[in-house]
Amino acid sequence: MIPIQHYLGLAAALFCIGAIGVLVRRNVLTIFMCIELMLNAVNLTFVAFSRHLGEIDGQIFVVFVMVVAAAEAAVGLAIIVALYRNRETLDVDDANSMKW
Amino acid sequence: MMLFFFYFFAALALIAALSVVLQQKTLSSALSLILCLGAIAMLYVQLEAAFIAVIQIIIYAGAIMVLFLFVIMLLDPVSERFGRPTNRISYVALPIALLFAFLIFQASIAYHPQLNGKGTPAVSDIAAVGQRLFSSYLLPFEVTSILMLVAVIGAVVLAKKKL
Repeated sequence: MIPIQHYLGLAAALFCIGAIGVLVRRNVLTIFMCIELMLNAVNLTFVAFSRHLGEIDGQIFVVFVMVVAAAEAAVGLAIIVALYRNRETLDVDDANSMKW
Repeated sequence: MMLFFFYFFAALALIAALSVVLQQKTLSSALSLILCLGAIAMLYVQLEAAFIAVIQIIIYAGAIMVLFLFVIMLLDPVSERFGRPTNRISYVALPIALLFAFLIFQASIAYHPQLNGKGTPAVSDIAAVGQRLFSSYLLPFEVTSILMLVAVIGAVVLAKKKL
């Protein structure tokens, strides 16, 4: 059996790669994909803990995280489509009308 | 053998994740993310979570990423060709984020669980997941159905031509 630290380390690395992607990229679709990457890292942590503690509840929570991710992807992409239709740009730096 | 399986798919997932962040074209990022999701599904198989692995492929790689590809193709498949693809904030954000990554990595690999008799893996097939989902977690399950309805209505309203 593989020790749980391997899975936790991998999930931490994936989460941080996703977080860096959200901070660094300018295209709003790429930012959205990095958010999905972070959600997958969390899913991996849940399933790893579910396996190593012998409880099934981790996998139940993964089902709920996937449901929420699907709903969020649908609504978020609709927002992005509406943004593009109004601004003609996918650059988050151009969506700054509420900035100081 | 198991360790080789883990390292192979872990390396694949990490390389695909870096490709998502570093690629210039949005389409290449989406395809790299699909590859990353497939590698994570293989890790779920190794963790004896067969149901989660299958719904990861069906829902995440098969529905959510296809939706992403539709929107990418609809809006701008060759974006970020002009101008800088990254923010100026990245010069400050990147070192801080790398420090955070180092800390969280060290914390995660230093975890030694006090098992106290647990740690024998329970049966984790779809019957076990279904039993628990429909008995202990019935209320969240029904609430997520309302959540999906709200998300569908929201997506339709937000993407209309005239709001």
